[in-house]
Amino acid sequence: MIALATKLPLADAAANSCAPGLPASFCHQHSTTSCVARNGFFCASWAVDNLDRYAGPFAKHALIVVISVGVGCAIAIALAVLSHRFRWLVPPLTGFTGVLYTVPSIAFFFLLLPITGFGTDTAVIALSAYTLQIIYRNTVAGLANVPPEALDAGRGMGMTARQLLWKVEMPLAVPEIIAGLRIATVSTVAIATLAFFAGAGGLGDPLYKDISFKTNVILAGGLAILMAIGFDLLLLLLQRLVTPWRRARPA
Amino acid sequence: MAASEACVSGHLLPLASVLDSFRGAFDFMLHQRDSVTGGGVQVGGLSAVGHLAWTQLWVSALALGVSFAIALPAGLILGHRGKGEFLAVGLGNAARAIPELGVIAFLVAFVGVGLRNVTIALMILGIPPILTNTFVAIRQVDRGAVDAARGMGMRGAQIVARVELPLAAPTIMTGVRTAAINIVATATIASLVGVATLGKLILGQDTYGVDGVLAGAILVALLALMVELGLSAVQRLITPRGLRLQRSASRA
Repeated sequence: MIALATKLPLADAAANSCAPGLPASFCHQHSTTSCVARNGFFCASWAVDNLDRYAGPFAKHALIVVISVGVGCAIAIALAVLSHRFRWLVPPLTGFTGVLYTVPSIAFFFLLLPITGFGTDTAVIALSAYTLQIIYRNTVAGLANVPPEALDAGRGMGMTARQLLWKVEMPLAVPEIIAGLRIATVSTVAIATLAFFAGAGGLGDPLYKDISFKTNVILAGGLAILMAIGFDLLLLLLQRLVTPWRRARPA
Repeated sequence: MAASEACVSGHLLPLASVLDSFRGAFDFMLHQRDSVTGGGVQVGGLSAVGHLAWTQLWVSALALGVSFAIALPAGLILGHRGKGEFLAVGLGNAARAIPELGVIAFLVAFVGVGLRNVTIALMILGIPPILTNTFVAIRQVDRGAVDAARGMGMRGAQIVARVELPLAAPTIMTGVRTAAINIVATATIASLVGVATLGKLILGQDTYGVDGVLAGAILVALLALMVELGLSAVQRLITPRGLRLQRSASRA
């Protein structure tokens, strides 16, 4: 690991003779690589040599996203099932999850600090709170859109309310639930770049440390976007796997 | 980012200390005090904090206004002609993957800092949801209503202004609300690139202390909620009466 300026590089920019915006300590170590010294658009050789620096933050970022979306998804689906049973819960829960979604993540992290402290927990609580709204709304809509004929058929087969829920309504709502899950996951990957402010690490950490080094910004930002695309494709694949009946339909 | 010792020390501190933190934050908002760095610099107090909040509000409003002015006509034209679905919808989906911090970092590394650049960067996050929602809303307008308007002798521009736009208004406003949430959130971290918004308090513990950080977080949350409530009120106001009746009927 190369020692990097820990402060915002902008602050040191004026004090050195290397490319504008780069911290002096940084240029000193890379004076042999002209692309880095110039702060070129994208220094491919530097990127290849230093890719391993991003492995740890990338893995942590993915972990934060998976845990946050997992927790958020479990809570949101539980709330949706509950409000499918008790319809009067829908407006207050929609309002509540909407309020959580409105609060900017950075404010959320620092509001939680006096309560949950500095670290991954705080980041996970805030990020999972963000996923609630979209997953809850989609699950409620998915359950409400189940065709009445399917329910009638289930009842005709002698299913209880619980069997109807798990064997008819939930499977038919899966496409809408996963649609919500995809949106939630992609946004969580993006918002998790701020998780390092709460002490949770992730790709925001390297991104912010060398915020004026172009190669770093492209690499760290690019990795975050690639992760979002990757998770999105995985969920799409999951949807195809768990809803085989949709593939059988003629196009 | 260094947290105070009090914050690092443990999970679930007693309620009293949590209340104390919040009391400190409100004290910071209301009364001036010496900055942590010393040197007789005064921080906090209503006017200083109010100034930061005001900057954040108007930078956000400016970015939202310009985004709206660009995205609404574009969405209306594309939606009315039924063209560019890939662009309009794809853009909205792709924009969700863009990290807020990435946008700020892109500014620092490639474009340069300053108020004008920050406003442009905020528009990157504001335009996609408005464009996508406008496009989708126009496409979802009941074709029967459009045909009826055409049968009454309305022309293209009249149909857009008097039929499609009013019927699409609620969905368009949903896009505006999403854009506003994105913009206010990103305007917070715009303090990283020298625009003095409330984020300056949140990310400036060295100067403002823990009380200042918490005060900033509380105010950002309140500001975002106010913007959201204001825009939902606008959304209710501009929803045509016919649509409201239809909705309450379908709910009953």
